[in-house]
Amino acid sequence: MPDDTKLLSVKDLKIGATIYPPGEDPQDIGIVHGVSFDLEKGKVLGLIGESGAGKSTIGLASMAYGRGGIRITGGEVLLNGEDILKLSKSGVRKLRGAKVCYVAQSAAAAFNPAHKLGDQVIEASLKHGLMTKEEARKRALYLFQVLGLPNPETFGDRFPHQVSGGQLQRAMTAMALCPNPELIVFDEPTTALDVTTQIDVLAAIKHAIEETDTAALYITHDLAVVAQISDDIMVLRNGHMVEYGTAQQIIEAPKEEYTRALVNVREMKKAEAQDQSDVILSVDHVSASYGGHFKVLHDVSLTLARGQTLAIVGESGSGKSTLARVITGLLPLTEGTVSFNGEVLPPALKQRSRDHLRRIQLIYQMADTAMNPRQTVGEIIGRPLTFYEGLRGKAKRARINELLEAIEMGDGFYDRYPAELSGGQKQRVAIARALAARPDLILCDEPTSALDPLVAEGILKLLMKLQKETQVSYVFITHDIAIVRAIADSIAVMLQGKVQRFGPKSKVLAPPFDDYTDLLLKSVPEMEIGWLERVLETRKMESAGN
Amino acid sequence: MRMKDIPLSAWIGIIGILLAFFLAIFAPLIAPYGEREVVGEIWEQMSSQYLLGTDNLGRDLLSRMIYGARTTLFVALAASVLSFSIGIFLSFTAAVTRGIVDQVLSRFNDLMMSVPTLIFALVVLAVLPQNIWILITVMAVLDSTRVFRLGRAVALDVAVMEFVEAARLRGEGSMWIIFREILPNTLSPLLAEFGLRFAFSILFLSTLSFLGLGIQPPAADWGGMVKDNKDGIIFGIPAALIPGGAIAALAICVNLVVDWLLRRTSSLKGGRGDA
Repeated sequence: MPDDTKLLSVKDLKIGATIYPPGEDPQDIGIVHGVSFDLEKGKVLGLIGESGAGKSTIGLASMAYGRGGIRITGGEVLLNGEDILKLSKSGVRKLRGAKVCYVAQSAAAAFNPAHKLGDQVIEASLKHGLMTKEEARKRALYLFQVLGLPNPETFGDRFPHQVSGGQLQRAMTAMALCPNPELIVFDEPTTALDVTTQIDVLAAIKHAIEETDTAALYITHDLAVVAQISDDIMVLRNGHMVEYGTAQQIIEAPKEEYTRALVNVREMKKAEAQDQSDVILSVDHVSASYGGHFKVLHDVSLTLARGQTLAIVGESGSGKSTLARVITGLLPLTEGTVSFNGEVLPPALKQRSRDHLRRIQLIYQMADTAMNPRQTVGEIIGRPLTFYEGLRGKAKRARINELLEAIEMGDGFYDRYPAELSGGQKQRVAIARALAARPDLILCDEPTSALDPLVAEGILKLLMKLQKETQVSYVFITHDIAIVRAIADSIAVMLQGKVQRFGPKSKVLAPPFDDYTDLLLKSVPEMEIGWLERVLETRKMESAGN
Repeated sequence: MRMKDIPLSAWIGIIGILLAFFLAIFAPLIAPYGEREVVGEIWEQMSSQYLLGTDNLGRDLLSRMIYGARTTLFVALAASVLSFSIGIFLSFTAAVTRGIVDQVLSRFNDLMMSVPTLIFALVVLAVLPQNIWILITVMAVLDSTRVFRLGRAVALDVAVMEFVEAARLRGEGSMWIIFREILPNTLSPLLAEFGLRFAFSILFLSTLSFLGLGIQPPAADWGGMVKDNKDGIIFGIPAALIPGGAIAALAICVNLVVDWLLRRTSSLKGGRGDA
């Protein structure tokens, strides 16, 4: 292809950093090992991989930027044929925010809360002297319209806290597009959003890219998302390129083992249990509120059978985590009852017996904060053993080993601190801590949403294996329909504190749907090219208010 | 933990503190003269007879330094340790239980802090019998109000963490939550504060001594010795600088050790791995 169509050309990019292990000499380690790709005008390249794959590092290198301590050690990054790595500091300043722009993962953290959105969106264009204030405002208005933001004329007058997360992410995209850049780097722009919001943002971004003919690097860990928006996809792992090809080829005919694993990650399915009559947990007409005024749960009723899994699905703010807190007693309910094993549980934590507490365990979304960082794995898992069963010494150690085996980690982790574990290992330890109590019910509050897809799949498989072995029941809170399909026996769909739909999986996931369940099911990205367009055809951008 | 993992700075601190303790414990054996014995002229120069010279009453300065280590070290250390014990326990209880307990403790603490420390100490010490235990207790209680403020602030941050919630869900009592879940995660700021508070305790003790309510003369303490000899500085007599230097050296030693402990407690890998 002729060189003038190539906007960005990365050749054999090598990025490294120096680590300082104690008691040893400093070592240079490689973070990205010789990655090359080309990007044409108006095209989108998806960079995909799990955490630590180096995808964000590559994205930032395309702006000639290295995060704290990171050095670009080799290779070239050619933007319009010019190696931007060789630019002077002032040259780089002219580049950033004018020719290359960046959209960060957390828009909420990236906007200055003290300034109006409109002023922030046009700031870079004014700083670089690319347009007058009038022109910039006009362009911002145009972009707000293109991105489907509500009331585009007055949107810029709002402050960041006055708009929703999805809108903020789109405002950030507008900010990046405003100076009319040649390249935009999107760093996981939809990862922190609900599926129903994600689809709007995705559609808006795609539309805006097409409309403005900008090239983009789209970084994400979700292959299904990147399949909707990219022309080409590069799969990365540990700083190495695994596979690079067109989106179609990667999704439909992946060559590498690792890519195949990523494509197939959502294939897990569980056959639904037929007999759901042996009820272990029953929530009857429960309402709850924070501080007595703001009602979060309205008349929630559902049941769960012994040894089975109830999935509670809904977007942020739907009250699904609150329901878990009510069941545990952390938030006493105001109306209704929660019965467990046929016995009505006292509403507040303090009124419950130690045996009640033992039988219901909770696994948190963030294993990082759910474990005391000053305790070793052995202490974390061992405490419930001592606390509930009075185990000490050798018997305790043997049981800890048994649990470590059960979570497929082994004795070697006994003395480790949580900071010395990976994300997936931490969540496994949290599971072991819950299991140590020999519970009848484990409440799982989005335990996999912070994990990479392959690691999350491992956790789900582990949970299913443990259910088979110990007949433990799960209440599994999630916003991911794919997980629901993989593990649930029954499903409750929640919206604004109410149960929208509840029943066995086969019934809930079969038509006719109510509006919300329909929207939710259709919003889950599928590993399929053209899914986004298909969905958008069937539904207007009516939820642009997100 | 191995000995060779202790950095040089911490060793200096440890040796300094041990030396002070050694002097304090074996004072009667080491000191060349008695604590209260007038042996020469006022403010004599350093000589082979009086290694550090004599003080404003003609007592041997070295001997008084050695005896002074006893009171200074013991009172300041005991007061600091006690104030931290009281402050941490009460502040953590307030942070963990919240509600009325927190309100009562915090408002009472505010009340205590609203009275200037020195005046408070003067009034209380003037009323109570003069004795070293009462002195220590009064110093500790007054100091603990500062520790309470800090302790409550850091404990509140930790008390809302999910692992504390997990402990509550398990049914753990307040004592476990305070000492096993929260304390290990708040040690760093508390230790840093301890290093500071210890130095302040020495100064506070010397202030009280100067006002006649601390260590009672003729017993020696370093702070009091600075005050006793401060007039000599005008005449070029270094007698006040020696106990002053000793106080500084001790405070530095304590802080060197605290710094090292701080590095260990702020590590999330049990002091292995990250340096």
